[in-house]
Amino acid sequence: MGGIASSTPTEAPRPPIADAFGMSPMRRKRRSWFGVPKPLGRRNALSLTILSFILPLLAWSAVSYVPFLWHPLIQVSDPGAVDYLQPGMRVDRETFATEVAAAKEAGTAPPQGIPSNPVYLPAPHEVAAAFWTAITTRPTFGDAIPLPQSLWHSIQIIFWGFTISSILGVPLGVFCGTSPVFARIVEPFIEFVRYMPAPAFGALMVAILGIYDGPKIAIIIIGTFFQQVLVIANTTRRVDGMLIEAALTLGARNLRLVRRVIVPAVLPQLYRDQRILLGWAWTYLIVAELIGTSSGITFFITQQARYQHFENVYAAILIIGIVGSATDIVLALIGRRLFPWAKEEA
Amino acid sequence: MTALPDTAYHHQSDAVQARFARIKARDVALRVQGLGKVFRTPKGGETIALRGIDIETHRREFLCVVGPSGCGKSTFVRILAGLETASSGTVFVDGQPVNGPGADRGMVFQGYTLFPWLSVLRNVMFGLEENGESRRTAAREAREWLSLVGLEFFADSYPHQLSGGMKQRVAIARALATRPRILLMDEPFSALDAQSRARMQAYLIEIWKKIDITIVFITHDLDEAVFLADRILVLSAHPGEIAELIEVPVSRPRSQGQMLEREFRATRARLDALIHPPDDEDDVKPAAIKPSIVTRLVAHGDEVE
Ligand SMILES: Nc1ncnc2c1ncn2[C@@H]1O[C@H](COP(=O)(O)OP(=O)(O)OP(=O)(O)O)[C@@H](O)[C@H]1O
Ligand SMILES: [Mg+2]
Repeated sequence: MGGIASSTPTEAPRPPIADAFGMSPMRRKRRSWFGVPKPLGRRNALSLTILSFILPLLAWSAVSYVPFLWHPLIQVSDPGAVDYLQPGMRVDRETFATEVAAAKEAGTAPPQGIPSNPVYLPAPHEVAAAFWTAITTRPTFGDAIPLPQSLWHSIQIIFWGFTISSILGVPLGVFCGTSPVFARIVEPFIEFVRYMPAPAFGALMVAILGIYDGPKIAIIIIGTFFQQVLVIANTTRRVDGMLIEAALTLGARNLRLVRRVIVPAVLPQLYRDQRILLGWAWTYLIVAELIGTSSGITFFITQQARYQHFENVYAAILIIGIVGSATDIVLALIGRRLFPWAKEEA
Repeated sequence: MTALPDTAYHHQSDAVQARFARIKARDVALRVQGLGKVFRTPKGGETIALRGIDIETHRREFLCVVGPSGCGKSTFVRILAGLETASSGTVFVDGQPVNGPGADRGMVFQGYTLFPWLSVLRNVMFGLEENGESRRTAAREAREWLSLVGLEFFADSYPHQLSGGMKQRVAIARALATRPRILLMDEPFSALDAQSRARMQAYLIEIWKKIDITIVFITHDLDEAVFLADRILVLSAHPGEIAELIEVPVSRPRSQGQMLEREFRATRARLDALIHPPDDEDDVKPAAIKPSIVTRLVAHGDEVE
């Protein structure tokens, strides 16, 4: 193949053609930040994940520790001669300034204090300390229940609510997804009930199920079940029709078709739906636990808020977040094991 | 190459003639009578996908179906499979009218449609189990089918671990395992690269030689059709009707070398004439090029050809 080499030496070198016409190729290079998502490298993904937690933490720390950021109040350190001020009290800047001015005019000792945030925004280190105390020691006052015990009670409520909902909702959803007749009979009504807020059933549930865990579990079920049927039905409807057709030509029919083809085909996606629905169940927890006798983590939170221990409130909310994410991560890892053929889905 | 007369494909050697006589002496495996299919579009319009299709194939015949895109090939084979209902006409398999999908007709799709959650062996066992075989028997038979397609060592693999050609071989084994009378294949190799496709064609012929099966094979690759088929059913588009039923004069056993033979070229030429008529409207002649911003290279005397 010497064709190219042998023909070129005779030609005089030419300027690039595009330039000869006064037009250069478009060379503008621009990076696109959006597009078909490509997987990030492992390390990049990890550092971005850490960053996504660091950024809000930084913002929180800045507001807490930089005195000229926000800090609308003055925390009194020495009341001076002002009667109604006490050490540790927070008053707004204007009131404090008037008091200082008044004291100067009267020649009495002016009050002293430092800028501070409202009591409902504790600093990160306070929450961290509270977090540690809450999970390691018993609270000392009142009828308080230790945080781990409250949390365990809440987890049980979620577990039973979600399990009962799934036992009913998943099969119903699958049948709606596979049979249009079934779907027409079931779905419009469920769609209708879905818009009724679950907490609205609270009083009713207490009347029927008493004041202890029964109505709380019921609220979780009501909050989850109706969404669940519709979500699972939609997922099931998205099954690859070719697989069903292949199974039909191989002789699979009716329930065996559902059990041996449709369910396994959508199982990775169903599993993912269940993970998302479990997250929703957690969001109903707080309302559910306020019904009847308050209990679980909600009882802990409301009680701590009443005593103005807001760092404990934050600690409890944080723990809910941690338990929720941890469950989800564990479930995701299990999913990857269970459905190796659907790596990108699980 | 010498030009061939238009009717050269009619000429059959004695061996080929004798072979067709033998095929026609066999029982009719598949009979299609007056088959028509009309799709109703949601807006109330109608698409006539197929009209008045009559054809008979005999036991162990290899029938290819070709035609322009959208002429109803897939619809045809889906009706044979029972996945689609005919608007008119009837399909008989071994004299029995077809009513819905059944194990007497196996189907291989273009997408591999293997069940990803089942091992290769369990995929092949699927149809056997659905038709009432015990798990032990199904496993034993499935292994035999796998060795027929040369994949006995992949029994415990999963579909996502196989290449496209291997997947399609599993799909063939799975379709054959229920011992269908007819194997329906809708562009089974069109997703494969040229080399795997040639290998799969050879494989398919080997399998077909060994077992008692009638094959209906859809393709848009005309060489593939000539290479594989005893007869080629050519459909025309809008509506899908039979344009011609061609008896392929190429002798058997087939090999890739026959592509250059007179019979092969004649058949291929006939298919081309049927499917791409010379006065195709789509064929826009490149107009005389006026110099413009886009064609400036031509004006510069820097042609590539
Ligand atoms: N479900 C459907 N609803 C409405 N029209 C359809 C449907 N399926 C197919 N058609 C129409 O029927 C005609 C034949 O379709 P078909 O898929 O059988 O063609 P084909 O020969 O297999 O095409 P290709 O070569 O592209 O695979 C087309 O015009 C198509 O638009
Ligand atoms: Mg098609």
